[in-house]
Amino acid sequence: MSFLNIFKSDSTRRTVLSSGHVVPESSRCVQCGICSYNCPIGIDVRAHVWRNESVNHSECLTCGECVARCPRGVLRFAQTDLFERRES
Amino acid sequence: MRYVIIGAGVAGFAAIESIRSIDKTGEVVMVSDDPHGFYSRPGLAYYLTGEIDSKALYSRSKDDYRHLNFSFLNARVKRILRAEKKLELDGKPALAYDKLLIAVGAQAIPLNIAGAKLQGVMKLDHLTDANDILAFTKRGRTAVVVGGGITALELTEGLLARGMNVHYLLRGDRYWSNVLDARESQAVEARLQEEGVTLHHHVELAEIIGKNNRVAGIRLTDGHTIKCDLVAYAVGIAPRIELANECGINCERGILADEHLQTNDENIFAAGDVAQVYDPLTGHSVIDSLWNPAREQGGVAGWNMAGRRAAYLKSAPFNVTRLAGLTTTIIGSVGRGRDEDVMGIARGDSETWRELPEALVAQGGFDVNHIRLLIGDKRLIGAVLMGDQKLSFPLQKMIANGADISPIRDSLMQPNAPVADLIADFWMKWRENIAA
Ligand SMILES: Cc1cc2nc3c(=O)[nH]c(=O)nc-3n(C[C@H](O)[C@H](O)[C@H](O)COP(=O)(O)OP(=O)(O)OC[C@H]3O[C@@H](n4cnc5c(N)ncnc54)[C@H](O)[C@@H]3O)c2cc1C
Ligand code: SF4
Ligand code: SF4
Repeated sequence: MSFLNIFKSDSTRRTVLSSGHVVPESSRCVQCGICSYNCPIGIDVRAHVWRNESVNHSECLTCGECVARCPRGVLRFAQTDLFERRES
Repeated sequence: MRYVIIGAGVAGFAAIESIRSIDKTGEVVMVSDDPHGFYSRPGLAYYLTGEIDSKALYSRSKDDYRHLNFSFLNARVKRILRAEKKLELDGKPALAYDKLLIAVGAQAIPLNIAGAKLQGVMKLDHLTDANDILAFTKRGRTAVVVGGGITALELTEGLLARGMNVHYLLRGDRYWSNVLDARESQAVEARLQEEGVTLHHHVELAEIIGKNNRVAGIRLTDGHTIKCDLVAYAVGIAPRIELANECGINCERGILADEHLQTNDENIFAAGDVAQVYDPLTGHSVIDSLWNPAREQGGVAGWNMAGRRAAYLKSAPFNVTRLAGLTTTIIGSVGRGRDEDVMGIARGDSETWRELPEALVAQGGFDVNHIRLLIGDKRLIGAVLMGDQKLSFPLQKMIANGADISPIRDSLMQPNAPVADLIADFWMKWRENIAA
């Protein structure tokens, strides 16, 4: 992914920055790797999904690339909330 | 204690994770005839289209492997010698086991016509197959795809993305007729045509014509011929039960396993695409060819192998996939009968999708945003969603949890009911009730 694309997603980024972090619904994931492949800063999103963990990565730009590109609707943004209840 | 896993797929890998969560010291050996080890098989479709490179297919890192502390043996298992608790390997010394998992997956059913062995006749099971296809697309211009289900379309999309002209042959009058309804098939076919695929209905492949041992064209049973350089097929898959069958492990269509994933030999377990697993809720033994059930079954098998008694409870089968660029979710029971283009079961398929009990159908949406619900007495039995996927997660949860939809059942059944709105509304309330 090039820098150009990062700037392209800048507007979505600003809206999502305030609203949270990436959470997976792991039972939908087929570990295809598209999310990790497209993360501009190389976070291994897929590894988080395998462990059914949110992407609580200090460097995550919340740019939304991984959410938008996942072909299976695994990823979404959730409100950052320390006491977040996990949906089962 | 030595645990041996045959197969480097997701079922085998998940089993190792489970074993290691209980037994930190026992020896674990994974044996596979795939030199590439563990990678995402569904990801092969995106590798074909060029959306990812082959490196991206490898789901686990070196650290993960080190952490799990197992050895990988690249060899084909020729026989299971149950009396001696040993595996006979191709070109390598025999390997003894204490607990064995058979997770050898399923394989494309080969074409049974003249010319099927020519160079340029391709399937999509493994990374090596995908690499073969890619090498061929550099040389050829026209491809013919036969078969059905998701894999046939993935082949079609991959070949298109690589600049080939694609002819798609269908035996019947529409695509994936035993899972999709007529409108859904039409939506997919219309998209394929827009992308430039030439569709041929009611045709049957009679022969693949060769020249210098390479594909040169095909002949149909009606006598017509099409010139082509490549024939890609996806006419169904068969669980690889030979190893088990030969050594007296009970098999039907797959290896029969109970809810603990144990076979009729107490030291041998089966999981994933090869297993036909007993479902205590329905009393049936069914085969899935889906990533997540394979992972879950492997995980449960691993626990049982390491001594923790655990049962696998099948949840409503579920898949999200792209059909000709249309994101599509299929949940629960949605279709009926046989599809002429696939034998047995297709990839990314579940037998449950065709076990349709008495259900009424409610439909909503239009061409590309489409929702179809299969409604039982009080519950949703299945759903197909094409295009907009906002309701995919709610429907998956409601079907899996058997949500009582009595309050909206009548409204859903009205002609031209706003099905999506009704479901969205119901979901909000249902979720709150569940949380409370
Ligand atoms: C192109 C494609 C698209 C797919 N799309 C989807 C999808 O959209 N959604 C979905 O849910 N699922 C999909 N699937 C199915 C999913 O990938 C499988 O359900 C899953 O990979 C099954 O895992 P498994 O571990 O049971 O078997 P596999 O992944 O098939 O692994 C079997 C392993 O056993 C090895 N093996 C076999 N015989 C021997 C032997 N005699 N000796 C040694 N090793 C042996 C093989 O080399 C392989 O490593 C798709 C599959 C393919 C190929
Ligand atoms: S893109 Fe989606 S399906 Fe693919 S590995 Fe990432 S989360 Fe899983
Ligand atoms: S939101 Fe952006 S930065 Fe964060 S994990 Fe996803 S792709 Fe990477």
